[in-house]
Amino acid sequence: MSPPTIRLDDLTLSHERHPAVHHLSGCFAPGSLTAVVGPNGAGKTTLLRALAGLHSLDSGRIDRSGLRPSEIALLPQSSALDRSFPISCLDVVALGQWGRSGAFRALSRPQRDAAGRALATVGLDGFAARPIGSLSAGQFQRVLFARLLAQDAPVLLLDEPFNAVDERTEADLMALIRSWHAEGRTVIAVLHDLQLVYAEFPETLLIARGPIAWGPTAQALAPANRQRARMAVEAWAPDPALCRTAA
Amino acid sequence: MIHDFLLAPFDLGFMRRALAGCLALSVAGPPLGVFLVLRRMSLMSDVLQHGILPGIALGAVAAGLSFWAMGLGGVLAGLAVALLAGWLARSTGGREDSQLAGVYLLALAAGVAIVSAQRNIDLTQLLFGSVLGVDDAALLSMAGVATIVLPALALIWRPLVLESFDPGFMAATGGRGGLWHLAFLALVVLCVVAGFVALGTLMSVGLMMLPAVAARHFSAGLGGQVRASVVLAALASVLGLLLSFHTDMPAGPAIVLTAGALWLASLVAGPRESLWRRWVRRPHYAG
Repeated sequence: MSPPTIRLDDLTLSHERHPAVHHLSGCFAPGSLTAVVGPNGAGKTTLLRALAGLHSLDSGRIDRSGLRPSEIALLPQSSALDRSFPISCLDVVALGQWGRSGAFRALSRPQRDAAGRALATVGLDGFAARPIGSLSAGQFQRVLFARLLAQDAPVLLLDEPFNAVDERTEADLMALIRSWHAEGRTVIAVLHDLQLVYAEFPETLLIARGPIAWGPTAQALAPANRQRARMAVEAWAPDPALCRTAA
Repeated sequence: MIHDFLLAPFDLGFMRRALAGCLALSVAGPPLGVFLVLRRMSLMSDVLQHGILPGIALGAVAAGLSFWAMGLGGVLAGLAVALLAGWLARSTGGREDSQLAGVYLLALAAGVAIVSAQRNIDLTQLLFGSVLGVDDAALLSMAGVATIVLPALALIWRPLVLESFDPGFMAATGGRGGLWHLAFLALVVLCVVAGFVALGTLMSVGLMMLPAVAARHFSAGLGGQVRASVVLAALASVLGLLLSFHTDMPAGPAIVLTAGALWLASLVAGPRESLWRRWVRRPHYAG
């Protein structure tokens, strides 16, 4: 597992021309474990979506060193999915191998077994045939982590992975993230729990639309930086001036 | 007695043709209906059945009441409406349901206007169909559509499930969600057009949607729901034709009413998530 460097070069992402991520430069080193921290509306989710190739760039560029965006695994915020959909846990996990199984081929025995193992790894042994509608929020998040396992991607993006899950689930899923880190995968997670970030994430990117700090967690989250992030207003002017640095 | 009531009607040639056509529709339509329900696109079926009317009317104007001309017109109009509605919603950011309502009202009015301008076309037959007048061409087309739709659905099953359940994931893994969406819509259009001869443009999706809506009460799995929907639709076809035969009711409404009755029965007394299950308290498990 040798993920490439992901380099951001003066990246600006916007919604209807209002910047959500403003002139961000820097790089995610191969195998780094980075927390993305910032107030609501700071552009964290937009940044992850752009890294996964789901948000178009306004200016600047993302250099994935040849990795295709589709080879980057993204765990979106959980609320978006329809949990009443009639599908079993194993099938959801097996869909993670979609990139390899393709549209038409039957799922091979090893692929099916791998999906089963992924379920066991997240602590859901015996859940294969359970419809997802019968799961708790924490169990469903475990299923999505199993799907990430099945995807076997060199770069993983996690958007608030521990929302609405209990302590034990959080501890189990954090152990998975640690093992991904140990395997040399690049992991980038949006988080709000600063204690967790201090304890588990060596690197932190603190953003509030514009970059505030990016580096070792203790330095990035220094009180002065956090204060600046808080002060970076969430103002939304109806008719703002154009950004001067824009080309 | 039972023989007279249940079997004797199907000794008649036109009843057998009607049954064969409806069974073909029952196999092809309801599985698509289940996906429409899951994709929260139940309204789309309504839009399509109205949307095909101008195409059918233009086909009839161009070539008289030729089945193939009307069918081709219907398919083209249906595809146009489906694409137009989807494209409008995506490109202008409006709410898709409001765009759909706009498109289908326009299509229905245009269809009725075109038909009314032609003295020689019977509007009632176009709107309400005549299942007992199913001729060779219509029967062939219904069977042909079923023959195309089932393998095609089996082929696009996995991407369609993924696109319905988690379109974001599909986009993130490089799948072209729009492609499968379009392929699926094309199959729906085929089914709606195939149904119009028998059930009329106003009711051609009845046999597709009602069993699909009812299927939820029979299975928690997608495969189970699809199978249940086909069985319910076949049952509605047989019972509806019998009802029509014995009461002199037009066959289209009789079949759709039967499908509706089966849906209501499933809603009240089905094995899953029905009112009955809610009212009758059963002892809970130990763990």
